[in-house]
Amino acid sequence: MIDTLRLGAEEAKGLLERKEISGAELFAAYLDAIGERDPELHCYLHVCEDPGGDGIPIAIKDVIGTRGIPTTAGSKILDGYVPVYDATVITRCKEHGLRVLGKTNTDEFAMGSSTENSAFGPSRNPWDPTRVPGGSGGGSAAAVSAGLAPWALGSDTGGSIKQPSALCGNVGLRPTYGTVSRYGVVAFASSLDQVGPVARSVRDCAYLYSILAGRDHCDTTTVELPEPVRLPQDGDLKGLRIGVPRELNEHEAIDPGVRDAVRRAVELCAQLGAEVGECSLPRSVEFGLPCYYLVAPAEASSNLARYDGVRFGYRSPHADDRLEMYTRTREEGFGDEPKRRILVGTYALSAGYYDAYYGQAQKVRTVIAREHADAFERFDALVTPTSPTVAFELGGKTADPLAMYACDLLTIPSCMAGLPGLNVPVGLSEGLPVGLQLIGPQFAENTLFRIGHALERTIGFDMVPERLR
Amino acid sequence: MTEISRELLLHVAHLARLELRDDELARLETQLNDILAAVSKVAELDLADVTPTSHPLDVVNVWDEDEPWPCLSVEEALENAPEREGDFFKVPPGGTS
Repeated sequence: MIDTLRLGAEEAKGLLERKEISGAELFAAYLDAIGERDPELHCYLHVCEDPGGDGIPIAIKDVIGTRGIPTTAGSKILDGYVPVYDATVITRCKEHGLRVLGKTNTDEFAMGSSTENSAFGPSRNPWDPTRVPGGSGGGSAAAVSAGLAPWALGSDTGGSIKQPSALCGNVGLRPTYGTVSRYGVVAFASSLDQVGPVARSVRDCAYLYSILAGRDHCDTTTVELPEPVRLPQDGDLKGLRIGVPRELNEHEAIDPGVRDAVRRAVELCAQLGAEVGECSLPRSVEFGLPCYYLVAPAEASSNLARYDGVRFGYRSPHADDRLEMYTRTREEGFGDEPKRRILVGTYALSAGYYDAYYGQAQKVRTVIAREHADAFERFDALVTPTSPTVAFELGGKTADPLAMYACDLLTIPSCMAGLPGLNVPVGLSEGLPVGLQLIGPQFAENTLFRIGHALERTIGFDMVPERLR
Repeated sequence: MTEISRELLLHVAHLARLELRDDELARLETQLNDILAAVSKVAELDLADVTPTSHPLDVVNVWDEDEPWPCLSVEEALENAPEREGDFFKVPPGGTS
């Protein structure tokens, strides 16, 4: 009997290699777990049949194009769309034998922090199904925590991998911008979007990152890694300098329980030999959120222009001429959040407003990047809480877009600077997982893995939700 | 900062080729004004001398060799078409785009 609730990808690989289980048995075990728990959690929008082979199964966020497998981006406007090619990250996974278990739920076009913006209904948090799993990649994060996949792919624009991993209690990496191909991934905000791994351990996360990363000639924004990915080994943190940015650790929006759990983990870093010091990123926090909510909608308004009912996806049947077909297809196909962002973005890019909004936001982005660069002159990595709160109740923030946007307060600044961020679970508050965010300079994933692995080993956080043990 | 009036909202919606239902208009008008008030905070910084960041990495243009590359067949390209006629996407006639 395979206990998918406790099986990581590395162990699964070992079992398969030693032929203790067959590929078919392993895939079937996940399908059974999905059959048992997914009706409640709704992590999957589409579940696949076993494609055969001996590789490790993987869940894929439904913004990533998969040949022959429906890809909706959580939107009615892509309902029924079946890609005719694989995203490069899927090709790479397949080259390593990985088998797609299914497509996971997401806020529509990855716009949101709870999966409640999915056109197909929300996912639920495996620790407490009355609460959200975070978003936008709540389906991938909840699936990994609930044993419905050993690992998964997510995508992160302003926190969509890190925040759901924090709220569900697993490990998620937003890689350095440019290290993972976006080819075949449904575009939201192109200067920010990054695909990355969600996993049950830092080592699994690093291994999956090593499969994904590297230059792709189909995405000219990608680069080769300056050094290979190293799977972290047991060890201390001697010689590492870890910075604690005041504004991101003492912000009034941070729950006391979250703050305390993160503070204890920071003390642990010092006990493990790291040199810990305070630093300051004043404008990154104050201006990060407004900057993001100009840049991301502006780019989204452009990217989402392709959904016009002509070539693929939904087309409104209620149109007499071409213009009506465009406007009604988009009115009927898009949900509230994409509409808001399309409108904000179109406005921010329109004649007369460009300099004041998008142009100014791009300059703020430079300021944020410089603040981080200054901090990295003194430190190898920065720590903050990933999310200001633990998982919140379904419906708690849906009426107020700005309250939902504030969920990403602590994940956004480093995203704006193109920096890698790793979520590691560090404890519980109110019986729900608390995630710590490790931020590094560009291409410093190996440092983040080293710190994350040391914390994970020392803390011994049990990833299986209490109610499922 | 410019307040978004109903008229401006409808203009922006037209630019985005988005028809808005009557029941959406009032809610969107309020929400958009709230969002714009919040993001307008970026104007508080004096950044006249700052270079904008359009891409987080210092990358330069890369060029592929000018060689033919396998691409989608006509059938594959049309596979997801809501409506087709022969080798073409079919759309309703007329209307200013």
